[in-house]
Amino acid sequence: MQAFEYAAPKNLAEALVLLEQKGTNARIMSGGTDLIVQVRENRRDLELIVDGKKIPELMELSYDSSDGLTLGASVPCYRFYENEQIEKLYPGLVDAASLIGGTAIQNRASFGGNLCNSSPAADSIPALVAHSAVCLIAGSNGTRKVPVEDFCTGPGKNVLEPNELLVSFLIPPPAKNFGAHYLRFIPRNEMDIAVVGCGASLKLDDDKKTVKHARISLGAVAPTTLLVGEAAVELEGKQIDNGLIEKAAAVAKAAARPISDMRGTKEYRVHLAGVLTRRALQKSLERAKGV
Amino acid sequence: MVAKIQVTANINGEEVEFLCEPRQSLLEILRDELKLTGSKEGCNNGNCGACSVILDGVLVNSCVVLGGEVDGCKVETIEGVMGPEGLHPLQQAFLKNAALQCGICTPGFIMASKALLDKKPKATEADIRLWCAGNLCRCTGYDKIVRAIIDAEAQLEVNK
Repeated sequence: MQAFEYAAPKNLAEALVLLEQKGTNARIMSGGTDLIVQVRENRRDLELIVDGKKIPELMELSYDSSDGLTLGASVPCYRFYENEQIEKLYPGLVDAASLIGGTAIQNRASFGGNLCNSSPAADSIPALVAHSAVCLIAGSNGTRKVPVEDFCTGPGKNVLEPNELLVSFLIPPPAKNFGAHYLRFIPRNEMDIAVVGCGASLKLDDDKKTVKHARISLGAVAPTTLLVGEAAVELEGKQIDNGLIEKAAAVAKAAARPISDMRGTKEYRVHLAGVLTRRALQKSLERAKGV
Repeated sequence: MVAKIQVTANINGEEVEFLCEPRQSLLEILRDELKLTGSKEGCNNGNCGACSVILDGVLVNSCVVLGGEVDGCKVETIEGVMGPEGLHPLQQAFLKNAALQCGICTPGFIMASKALLDKKPKATEADIRLWCAGNLCRCTGYDKIVRAIIDAEAQLEVNK
């Protein structure tokens, strides 16, 4: 493997100094499940790997009923499904965390790393978008917040400046009658990269029928994960039933603009976008109703 | 030349100190520096599980962990599985069930299933199959491996 230096700063300030010095030649590592492989295969040239796992803010996992969930960028996936509160309140995140790679990968891989890797097919991103997650970014000039759906700018590209790092996700507390789901299509049962992925969430009125708020997000159908606002508009303020779900799925399908590659053709992905949106909404509805 | 990092880790119950190039993986440290060659290099990219070890109680692929990361950590490898009374029930069950042919995947499977049974002593067959989905075997077709793990689970229950 190419030679690089390794640093494990114990606080944010130290990490930011390192990034300021090394710029694009440094990169934050969480679980390393993407980064180490990319460096080994010379897909990325680095002078310095900065381990995020000793920085308390990057490892934070805490819930507060007014502010919601703070999910540190380096927290490994397995810690979500071992946490009953997250399982209950943020089901879409648990869906995604439990299907990224196998056991050993989930024990290391983080949502922060998955987002910063910025793959169009990332499993965590549509789930985070469905849950309205916001990124907290720190740089030498201070912090800023960016909604997850605006973070990636292209395959492997995102809004982070060379002297910035992703600290955590701030995820609002779910309202009453809220349900969310993430699912993907892969040709095998486990352990594959999404052909298409879909995250959805629904917030119902007290009648448990009228949609107050909806979010639908599609992965692997565009250069970055899409938040399909027009599909949510199709649902909001209306009484939800299978017919309405079909209409929203048709809108989501129309928003998909995928490419053809080894995992699927353009036509197949467009078809899947509709099917997965329907299924994600059906499951979100069940969860919102508390069925 | 990048300076080496000094690392102290507990490996199979023993405090071990070593010098590590930042680019060396935990697998490379185990095999090349510490001569613990039980953990195998299969794919070297986190897909096959032949290099599985338990790091601070958590199953990981040692090929995608940097050696420098394990300073102050506890690492369990296949070399530490056997107890003073002899082979671990998982090792015995793998032999009894002929759950190996070429043997390259076996240390990884034993570490992965040990991590599961440590955590969930009453794992179902479905739990075992899902948990071990990150360990690939190209010889056995998996059935004998799964049967061996189920056998070992029963034996561990008896030994309690």
